[in-house]
Amino acid sequence: MQKRLLLVEDEPNITQAIGYLLAREGWNVDTHPDGGSAYNAVLAKKPDVLVLDVMLPNKTGFEVLAEVRKNADFKDLPILMLTALGQKKDREKAEGLGATEYMIKPFSNAVLISTLEQLYIETRQHSLLNHPS
Amino acid sequence: MLSFNLLVIICILYTCLMFCIAFWADRRAERGKLNWLKSPWVYTLSLSVYCTAWTFYGAVGYAVRSGAEFVVIYLGPSLIMIGWWWSLRRILIIAKAQRATSIADLISSRYGKSSILAALITIIAVIGTTPYIALQLQSITQSLWVFSQVESGVYTEQESSWIALGIAIGLSLFTVLFGTRSIDINERHHGVIMAIALEALVKIIALLAVGIFVVWGISDGPQDIMAQIISSEIIDKEQSLSRWSVLIVLSACAFLTLPRMFQVLIVENSDIKHLYTASWAFPTYVMLMSLFVIPIAVVGLKYLPSGSNPDMFVLTIPLAFEQHGLAILSFLGGFSAATSMIVIASIALSTMVSNHLVMPIWLQMQSERAVVSGDVRKMLLFSRRIAIFTIIFFGYLYLKISGGSEALSSMGLIAFVGVVQFLPAIIGGLLWRGATRVGAILGATIGFIIWGYTLFLPSFGLGIGFDDILMSQGPWGIGWLRPQGLLGVSGIDPLVHAVVFSLLFNSCAFIFGSLISFPSPIERVQAAQFVNLSTRLKSSLAWSEVLDKGEELLAMTQRTMGAQGAQSLFRAAAHHQGKEGYIPDITPEFLELLERELSGYLGSAMAHAMLVKLIGGGEVSVDDLMAAANEAAQLVEYSSQLELKSEELHKTAGLLKDANQKLKVLSEQKDEFLAHISHELRTPMTSIMSFSAILRAEAEEGTLDESTLTKFSTIINDEAERMTRLLGGLLDLSRLQNTEISATKEDIDLVELLEQAISYNYNERVDHELTIHIDNNDIGEKLYSNKDQLFQVFLNIISNAQKYCDAKHPRLKISAQRADDEYIYVDFIDNGTGIAIQDQAQIFEKFTQLKHKNPRSGAGLGLNICKHIMQNLGGDIAYLPAQDGAAFRIKIPRKS
Repeated sequence: MQKRLLLVEDEPNITQAIGYLLAREGWNVDTHPDGGSAYNAVLAKKPDVLVLDVMLPNKTGFEVLAEVRKNADFKDLPILMLTALGQKKDREKAEGLGATEYMIKPFSNAVLISTLEQLYIETRQHSLLNHPS
Repeated sequence: MLSFNLLVIICILYTCLMFCIAFWADRRAERGKLNWLKSPWVYTLSLSVYCTAWTFYGAVGYAVRSGAEFVVIYLGPSLIMIGWWWSLRRILIIAKAQRATSIADLISSRYGKSSILAALITIIAVIGTTPYIALQLQSITQSLWVFSQVESGVYTEQESSWIALGIAIGLSLFTVLFGTRSIDINERHHGVIMAIALEALVKIIALLAVGIFVVWGISDGPQDIMAQIISSEIIDKEQSLSRWSVLIVLSACAFLTLPRMFQVLIVENSDIKHLYTASWAFPTYVMLMSLFVIPIAVVGLKYLPSGSNPDMFVLTIPLAFEQHGLAILSFLGGFSAATSMIVIASIALSTMVSNHLVMPIWLQMQSERAVVSGDVRKMLLFSRRIAIFTIIFFGYLYLKISGGSEALSSMGLIAFVGVVQFLPAIIGGLLWRGATRVGAILGATIGFIIWGYTLFLPSFGLGIGFDDILMSQGPWGIGWLRPQGLLGVSGIDPLVHAVVFSLLFNSCAFIFGSLISFPSPIERVQAAQFVNLSTRLKSSLAWSEVLDKGEELLAMTQRTMGAQGAQSLFRAAAHHQGKEGYIPDITPEFLELLERELSGYLGSAMAHAMLVKLIGGGEVSVDDLMAAANEAAQLVEYSSQLELKSEELHKTAGLLKDANQKLKVLSEQKDEFLAHISHELRTPMTSIMSFSAILRAEAEEGTLDESTLTKFSTIINDEAERMTRLLGGLLDLSRLQNTEISATKEDIDLVELLEQAISYNYNERVDHELTIHIDNNDIGEKLYSNKDQLFQVFLNIISNAQKYCDAKHPRLKISAQRADDEYIYVDFIDNGTGIAIQDQAQIFEKFTQLKHKNPRSGAGLGLNICKHIMQNLGGDIAYLPAQDGAAFRIKIPRKS
């Protein structure tokens, strides 16, 4: 089974870098460049892991995060906030809104990959425990 | 032999000379070289429009008919000038404070800016002046006729009417050309006044020359002339004391109330001190004008064939003695007298007609929006031009219909009596706070009717039913309604009768109307200003604070005063309040100032009505009225120093509060900016780090192919450049802030530099191409400044337009104009939405980036850098509100 990831990011170069990187690790990466319609993309793709930028056109990543968490279907969805906002208050805000992880740009490729793997495995285990098939 | 054609050529040449002089003076004034254009001598000479053809030619005729009585026409004005400090000065001060554009404007302004009163006065003035203009046209055709007789019948009487029409059209053109160049009453008609002053000189020289010829050329000097006078019939003419006194008062009053006199005395006055000079120079002028009148009359009677028209002696005596040069000079004198009256009177009347008749009707037909968007300026100029043509044409028509001669010869005095009907309203308004609008309207109307009935209409004679039976028995046989014997008073001179009755009923109606009516609040405030010469009782009481109309007000003002005037007015007001930019707080004080400025263009009634239409209100509340009353009562104890101090304190406190607020905002902005900068730096850094790590990993694994390498390294390079640009901007900013760069300056061709900036490759992603248009009207400017820095500013503004102009087909218009000798303005105006008014104040602050804009576009430093650069270069940059889109004005000093 493929690991499916949705990346919401408006900088095309960063999207390209992450897409390239994760494809090599066997991820199936969908990308979405806009904050306003990001929630609908999540509904449509139902990814295993969601990566959210914060400074997005039309809606901030924080708003998208709150929107996604409001839906009970996604209460266990692992969400990584990947942003250039480095202040403590931003991290606290993300955690308050229910982000699973918070990572500051620029990131190390290796750390990004391992964090995502970690998140994926944890969810798999979690869902297996809760819903043994 | 003197050829008639030669005379016509001289006449045309003389007119051309006047055109040239007017043109030259206007050009000088435009360049600000006023020097002696503002001299008290020019002012004094311009006052001589009082001496029309009626006095130039007619005084001699008058003397032949009534002896020395003609002097009264000069005595009245002389008395006014000599005693100027208690009447004229007062009117001048008030008229200036109220920015009065005409006599109608001044009166309506006193009575609560009443449009009805202004319209009434305008109509009376037009009716009273039309025959007077006809009289001038007649005098020109008559004098030409006299010349044509020398060559015996060059043209018929029929043709003389065409000549009159030609002259009327020529004068209309002159007046339109030089009288309606600008609508601002404060920008005086230098060209016209200069021409009038010159004509005044021609007048006096001509009359003196004829006089000297008569005394020393024909007679044997003064003693001989005295002997002739004593033996002539003129000396025996009976003089009536009542006529003398009434006529002196009449001419004195008319001097103040004639529309053309108001124009030269008040409107065209540039300095109140000029009255000093005029107070003795003008009486001297009219004294010289009257010096040789009786000698000319006596000599004319003695030497010319009996039955010669004495009104033309000034011309016929030189002709009879074959002094053709002198005759031409004399003709030009009369021509000058006639044309100067027509030109000034039609300017004065056209201002009144457009401000008080046309504009109110126009405003009635417009919605509130049109006040902002309609081109008031064009409308005003257009209506003024049409009015000038119409008024002069009316004069011509009157001449043609009335058939001239007899009906016209007494027209001068009749017109005097007509305009004197304004006097009770003026004098009462200046001296009596209780005078009201109702009283003024009532008085002027009744005076006007009586004037028409007793003097004006009878002057037409039979044509309109004023036949002998009506004159001798009254209408329907009612004796006490006889036009020249009202209330059964008979046996007095018709003119004295008309003056006494019209003014008596006028004044009574004025007082009665004032007593029974209650003045409106605005009237009270205006009354206080007029009667007490007080500026403490502000008419700003009429306005309440309006918050959000600044931009619309500016737009409206621009449409009326023109862009430059309006902008500098608003800017100065904003600056006075300690604010940046072009939109001051719309305080009552500001509205009052604006109303007064607009009055200079539109008249007070219209200016008030337009502001009311736009922002509502304009009435005085009961509280304000109480305050006004209290203030008036305490005027004596009033300490203006105290007021000044407290105002100062108030201002300082305001400044401190502002500064504190600014600091707070700045500190917040600083945090926001740092976060923003760090975000902006991290974003490209992310791509660089990520791709370089990928490249390294692939290189280690040996899986790297050529095309991926090229692709990724290109991205890395692009992102590194992006960071460099950002850092460059930051460095520029800190360098500009911390040091005064001693910029090396050089000669710059503005157009060339702009074109370089336009053709620069901006390398921005834009949805639509921006069309840039240089409006090179006035742009051929050479500058002396720092080329690189100016280039940087132009680049910034153009690239901003490229990034932010949200129109479907974005366009940027660049234009330049000379602000004054020191600065030029370069305006960049695009066709997008522009910047919201609440944001305009902060766009030049550091770290500002308007929230709703594309976050990708930059660090919000561009405009701040521009501001620093321009200030370093001794200029400035500002946002220009109320344009079609975002608009920036760069002010550049022309010299170092």
